[in-house]
Formats: sequence, C-alpha cells, structure tokens
Amino acid sequence: MEYRANFVLATISSLASMGGALFALWALLRTEYAMNGWSFNQALIVVGIYTMLDGLQQTLLAPNRQQISEFVRNGTLDFVLLKPIDSQFWLSARKVSVWGVPNLFLGLGLIVYAASFRLEPAVDAANYVRLLVPLAVSITIYYALGYLLSTLTIWFTKLANVTHAMHALLEAGRYPVAAYPGAYRAFFTFVLPVAFMTTVPADVLLGRGEFTWVLGGLVIAAALLVAARLFWRYALRFYTSASS
Amino acid sequence: MTPTPRITKAYFNAFYALMTTYRAEIFFWVIATTLPLIMMGIWVQAGASGAFEGFGSVDAARYFIGVFIFRQLTICWVIYEFEYDVVSGRLSSMLLHPVNPLWRYILLHAGEQFTRLPFSILFIGLSLFIFPEALWGSGEQPGTWLPQGWRVLLALACGYLAFLLRFFISYTISMLAFWIERVSALENLNYMPYLFLSGLVVPIQTLPPALQEVILWTPYPYILWFPAQLIAAPPEAMPAELIARGLLTIVGWITLFAILQQALWRRGLRHYSAMGA
Repeated sequence: MEYRANFVLATISSLASMGGALFALWALLRTEYAMNGWSFNQALIVVGIYTMLDGLQQTLLAPNRQQISEFVRNGTLDFVLLKPIDSQFWLSARKVSVWGVPNLFLGLGLIVYAASFRLEPAVDAANYVRLLVPLAVSITIYYALGYLLSTLTIWFTKLANVTHAMHALLEAGRYPVAAYPGAYRAFFTFVLPVAFMTTVPADVLLGRGEFTWVLGGLVIAAALLVAARLFWRYALRFYTSASS
Repeated sequence: MTPTPRITKAYFNAFYALMTTYRAEIFFWVIATTLPLIMMGIWVQAGASGAFEGFGSVDAARYFIGVFIFRQLTICWVIYEFEYDVVSGRLSSMLLHPVNPLWRYILLHAGEQFTRLPFSILFIGLSLFIFPEALWGSGEQPGTWLPQGWRVLLALACGYLAFLLRFFISYTISMLAFWIERVSALENLNYMPYLFLSGLVVPIQTLPPALQEVILWTPYPYILWFPAQLIAAPPEAMPAELIARGLLTIVGWITLFAILQQALWRRGLRHYSAMGA
C-alpha cells in the first residue's frame, strides 16, 4: 500500500519535470522562432529520449550508485572485495529499482507519439532499430560518469550531492544542443557529453544521424568506461577498510 | 513567543557555524540548482532570433541571472527538516524551548543561505563571464545593465518576501506531517506549479497576455519572476501599478499561508504523540 502511493508520486514527479520541458518548448516554438531547424515534434523526441534515459538510469544505475557510498561508510566494502568476482561488476549490477518505470514508459510513449506524425521523412521501424546503438552509448556514458563520481566516495565518504549535481547538469539534455549558444554547445559536447546522450539518438531516430557523431559517441563511451575502470582500480589502493 | 534580537543572533550564529561544516555539500547543491543557467542558454539563443518582442538575448541573460539570484535566495527545504523532526520525535525537545520552532527553521535557512552566498556569487560571476553582453549590452541592444537604486533595494526586499512566501507554502504543507508519515513526497505536488508558473523555465512576459493575467493571481510568479524582473527588465516593462499589484499579492499570499499554517500547527500539536509523549 505504501509502495503504491510512492509509485503514484513518482509518476507525478516524472510528469512534472517532463511537463516543464514541454511547456518551455511550447512557449519557445509557438512563435516563429525556428530553434535551428528543430520543429516541435522533433524536439519532443529529444525530451522523450531524455525521459527514457532517466528512467533507465533510475532503474539500473541509481540504486547501485547509492549503495557504493553506503558500503564504504559502513566498511562492508571489505566483504565485496573478498568475493571471487569482479568488485566493479558486482557493485554495478546488484540491484534493480522500479522507481524508473514511470519515466521509462512516459519517455517511450512521448517518442512514439511524436515520431508518428508531421515528420519528414517519416520514422519507420528500421529507425527504431538503429536507435538502439546511440541509446546504448548514452546509457554507457551515464553509467561511466556516475561510477567515476561514486568512486570519489573512497576518499570523501559523504558525497550525496555530487550525483545530484551531475544529474542537474545532464538536465540540459532535455533540449537539442542546437538550441544552445556556442559556448554551451562546446561544453555539452566536449566537457560533459550531453550532446551524445540525447541529441545524437534523436537525430538517428529522425533518420538524419551522421555516422561521425555516432562513432564519436562510441569512442567517448568506450574512453569513459576505461577511465571509470582505471580510476576504480586506483581508488581501491587508497581504501583503508573498516578495521585498519 | 517571538525571539528577542539576542536570541535571534545566537540562533543565527549557531546555525551558520553548523552549516559551514557542510560547505562542500552545499557547493555541490549550488551546482544542482543551476537550472536557470541552463534555461538562460536556451532563451539567449531564442532571444537572438528576434521572435520575442521586447525580449532579446540581452534581456534573456539579465532575466535568468536575476532568476538564478532569487532562486538562491528562495531555496527552501523546511519540509524535509520538519518531517524528520516529527518522525524522529526531535520536535518534542524543541517544544520545550520558549521559542516557537518556526523561528528556528527560518534562521536555519538564513544560516544556510549565508554559507551558500560565496558559491552563488561564483556562479553569477561565471554567467557574466559567459554573457558579458548582460552587463555592457550588445549591438542590437546597447546600454549597460544599471537598474535604478530603489528598484534594486525593492527587489532585495521582495526577494526576502519571496523567501517567506515559499517558506510558508512549504511549511503549511509540512504541518501535514502530524497526520501522515512521508509528507516530503507532497513537495513534488508543490514543485509542479512552481516549475510552470514561477518563471523558472519560461519567462512569464513571453506568454500570451490572457495566460499572464491568470498566472499573476497565483503566488508562484512572485517567488522568482517578480523580483528578477525588478532588476532585469527596463523600467517601462515594470510600471508602478504592476509593482504595487505585485507587492499586494505577495503580502496577501504570505498572510493567507501564515494563518493556515498557524491553524494547522495548533490542531497538529494536539494530535502529536511523539516518542515518550
């Protein structure tokens, strides 16, 4: 019973934040403003992909991320390290949460709705299949960034707000990068790769994805994954465990 | 009882000291509240297109810097604090103090605001660095950003009123903690109208006039849009009658929520049966 109420509230807050983005897009595009060639329906797909990605990370990534700092604080990371399987894998794939489900379905619904009409060229089934590659790239980037930050808890045990901060900056991905001025675009492409997480997948679904951007996303995702791995190995050397 | 200046000072000093121990956390929290700066990017780009009459990229940059400032001033987390105090029973010991806990919460926020101040200034500096046009004006919109002194003072006063308004809305909802366990979840319901109507993602003046009129009757635009407009907009966009209307509305809403809160507080205390009571 308690969980059902929480689920309703999770849905409401998902609706609220998605609604905020839709409201902004409506206010922007009800005039003759062209937003660098992104129509309302096309921009909706970016919002949809952001919302779905958020749902995916709430389901798969966030519950595990939160646990890492708990393990470090309680000293129970010792037991994890003693297990014969890889500690990063064990820590990353331990829990699944249902709180991301509303976002997942809202995002998916919005994508399918927005892709169904008023688009040139029309979106067909093959586009949805092609979408899987950039979508895998974005969730990988999200995972790697999150893991990099979680690793910091080895040194600073209490860092709850760091992932909040990351999440807030990633919110820029609710809008296509083309809607930002140059300085922002550079930041969200090269510093915090938001562009590869939502705009590139949307472009691919719309059938105007460029090979170099998809490839660039793959390279960034791979590089961040390696970086997360190396950083974790490095950090473990500084882990002093519970009793020593 | 309302606290004497001496008690106020003691509370403030204690809470400021308390909050400075969390300064690293608070720094990251400032990053977590930079949505106005993201929206600034979107609207500066949109303003440059000239599609919004009287709202160019310079106006957009000034407006969202204003929104950022007043968002920093009106951040309110009383509902989480109060929920914890009720559920854990910590409220019982506070009730033994001769001062109404209301003042304690307000001063707790003041201490946190003061700790956050240097970080907020850092981000204001950053946005002025990204958009120096906000200060000096651009080719299309020349002129430095120099609002009249009385408007700045009024905006600051309105900023604190805005904080009180936001605080009393949240604190009124918090009172439900006497009856239900997880009251902080209700903050989500309050967040939705706040997101839409406060001017955080969409500047109210760019909306259709009929919609603006409706929004201006709600309390939300006075939390961010109104004080931000006082410092960001050209004087003719904020005429005296609009300012007067704003001041009346904000005071009206604060009074309404304060009365409601007090009524709920009295009923709630009778219902309250914490640990050991």
